[in-house]
Amino acid sequence: MRYQLVASLRRGIVVTVVFFVVLGLGYPLLVTAIGQTFFSRQANGSLTADGSTLIGQNWASTPCPGHLPGTCVFQGRPDDLGPYAADPAKRVSGGDNPLVANGVPGGSGPTNLGPRSKTLEADTRKLIEYWKARGVNPTPDLVTTSGSGLDPDITPADAIAEVPMVSAATGISQASLEKLIAQQTVGRQLGFLGSGYVDVLKLNMALSKMR
Amino acid sequence: MAFFWTVVALVVALAVVWRLLGAYMVSVYEGRCAWLGIFERRIYRLMGVNADSEQTWQRYGVSLTAFSGVVLLIGYGLLRLQGSLPLDPQHLGAVGPAVSFNTIVSFVTNTNWQAYSGETTMSYLSQMGTLALQNFLSAAVGMAVAVALIRGFSRKGSKTIGNFWVDLVRGTLYILAPIAVIAAIVFVAQGAVETLAGPATVSDAINHVTQVIPRGPVASQEAIKQLGTNGGGFFNANGADPFENPTGLTNFLSILLILSIPVALTYTFGKMVGSVRQGVAVLAAMTIIFGAWLAIATVAEHQPNPAVAAAGLTAQPAGNMEGKEVRFGDTTSALYGVASTQTSTGSADSTYDSYTPMGGFAMLSGMMLGEVSPGGVGSGLYTILLFAIVTVFIGGLMIGRTPEYLGKKIQAREVKLASLGVLVMPLTVLVLAGIAVAVPAGRAGPLNAGPHGFTEILYAFTSAANNNGSAFGGIAANTRFYEITTAVAMLLGRFGVIIPVLALAGSLAVKEYVAESVGTFRTDKAIFVGLLLGVVFIVGALTFFPAVSLGPIVEQLSHGKFF
Repeated sequence: MRYQLVASLRRGIVVTVVFFVVLGLGYPLLVTAIGQTFFSRQANGSLTADGSTLIGQNWASTPCPGHLPGTCVFQGRPDDLGPYAADPAKRVSGGDNPLVANGVPGGSGPTNLGPRSKTLEADTRKLIEYWKARGVNPTPDLVTTSGSGLDPDITPADAIAEVPMVSAATGISQASLEKLIAQQTVGRQLGFLGSGYVDVLKLNMALSKMR
Repeated sequence: MAFFWTVVALVVALAVVWRLLGAYMVSVYEGRCAWLGIFERRIYRLMGVNADSEQTWQRYGVSLTAFSGVVLLIGYGLLRLQGSLPLDPQHLGAVGPAVSFNTIVSFVTNTNWQAYSGETTMSYLSQMGTLALQNFLSAAVGMAVAVALIRGFSRKGSKTIGNFWVDLVRGTLYILAPIAVIAAIVFVAQGAVETLAGPATVSDAINHVTQVIPRGPVASQEAIKQLGTNGGGFFNANGADPFENPTGLTNFLSILLILSIPVALTYTFGKMVGSVRQGVAVLAAMTIIFGAWLAIATVAEHQPNPAVAAAGLTAQPAGNMEGKEVRFGDTTSALYGVASTQTSTGSADSTYDSYTPMGGFAMLSGMMLGEVSPGGVGSGLYTILLFAIVTVFIGGLMIGRTPEYLGKKIQAREVKLASLGVLVMPLTVLVLAGIAVAVPAGRAGPLNAGPHGFTEILYAFTSAANNNGSAFGGIAANTRFYEITTAVAMLLGRFGVIIPVLALAGSLAVKEYVAESVGTFRTDKAIFVGLLLGVVFIVGALTFFPAVSLGPIVEQLSHGKFF
């Protein structure tokens, strides 16, 4: 029995070391090599000059001369806004609200507020006021936070709800903004997977070309 | 309608996987598959293992326990030394002792409960070499135990149940590794990041901000995390993070990977015991539970969020979107949640803590049924076979005959071992949750007030003892109290079941077959499936109904009340 145990421990160490090399290092390095070679843009985070199309940004304080900050662009979901805003001095990527990631700034994560939470109700009221002050009649997505705190997308309906705000701040007609949204709308993958959406960064990049 | 087609596509894909992967796993575990034989033989030589030698259940158990002990210690060491090791571009430093202990226990037990936030705690080396590696190994251990139990049924008069080292190596090398490589490439192609270059810094000309975006070798970890029903996210937000799960297609692939091995193992089981129908019967029971819970969850999550409605937004046509991603939507997120909580995965593409009361109930109670629908890789099959033994025992009591299952007489020893295996989890959950609500350190955990706070505590221990790893994430898991208690729950929930299962395998393998007669209770018929479901529901409901009624049920009934 003792011999058995010693032999088992030795085998355990050997097999762990072997798999550490093969699967702990070899496997991710192989996938990294393949990813960097064939899908370099995706593997590096789908980056553009203005951020990653996959990582939502906080657009609420984009400077808009003559208007409230953030009104001349389309805004994403309020993952980093109003009651969920992080330290405004530290404008890192979205989702660094103090409730998430065990309170660690810079981490991704949701609010974790329950469906009958007084805090969630109060926070939602603040967000509704926020949007009303900007002439937007908010849709549910615009007052609820996402699971990642980094949601890069809104639905076409959410974008259309923001049209009066963007139109007032940019002077672009509502009709052309709605056309822009239609152009930027991505349907369900293969026609049935997931939901249709508009990527807020891509929408704002297209918007900035119109101005 | 789109959701309907998503489910149809999933069923079709799983049917193909069930047949093909199921048959492939038979050939792997019966030693007929040898396309990686060069590597395989080298590993055996290094280990000093004779691939043809077999082990009794005791030796199998000693090997499994020794192996788990070794990987626990090595993994703990690597986490503690993280600061002195390479591949730490964010200079995160060593992981604290209690978090390291909790984390390594969590990954070795296939739980992947996370008391830390990935992007701000773990270096790339820890993510790849410790956490993702354990995703492979803990999954292979679960499959090995399931196969050992199958051998208990398929052999007669045998003292041995296979060789642990061979099962471990073969499961990892032939099943997990190849599928993970292919799936990881799909994840990268869709947008999951895979780089060792460290965080990206972008100065944004439109928004006038500078962003620091964490990255890492994510896609490779994502593939095995789903395939091995592990579930631990690279980032804190897990499968909701766009870098882990960028598109509707990766979300679908995640669900498919989660369900593939647990579902296919029912074919492997049927084939190895000589009757695929026996596997189909077990799969039917799994599918009925899964379907019922999917209905509860999708209907519940398509309802408005009560707090958002109370704030003035009553029209919520897309359902409860708090904690959900736009690209997935309400029903698909609920499908992912059911797949994740009814296996031992526990990954999340949405926030279970923010689900409606009945949506949260579906996640919680899916685990409470023992994770048998279809359950974790290996663990789902061996747990439902424990329930099957209890079922034939109860059936035998009804007709006054010694029960049989798959041609083996089920006697006092087998019934005792099966009951032990079934009862470890509920006992662990209820005792630890009871302690947690009784002491201040436990009551300090929940973020939410009222019944939802209690549910957060109950969910934590249910998740840990079932080796699931999902969470009502509001709970402060990174306190000493929860780090220690959840680690205890994970160890009991894993090894407290595996040891009885191996003993059962040993005791069954020795037995001879009894001839089937007209009095034999057929276990490949609808009546057996019904009885098996009854046993699973009765055991689950009797143990957990009081606790659940204090949590999600009270919350559901508290119309107009907020906490």
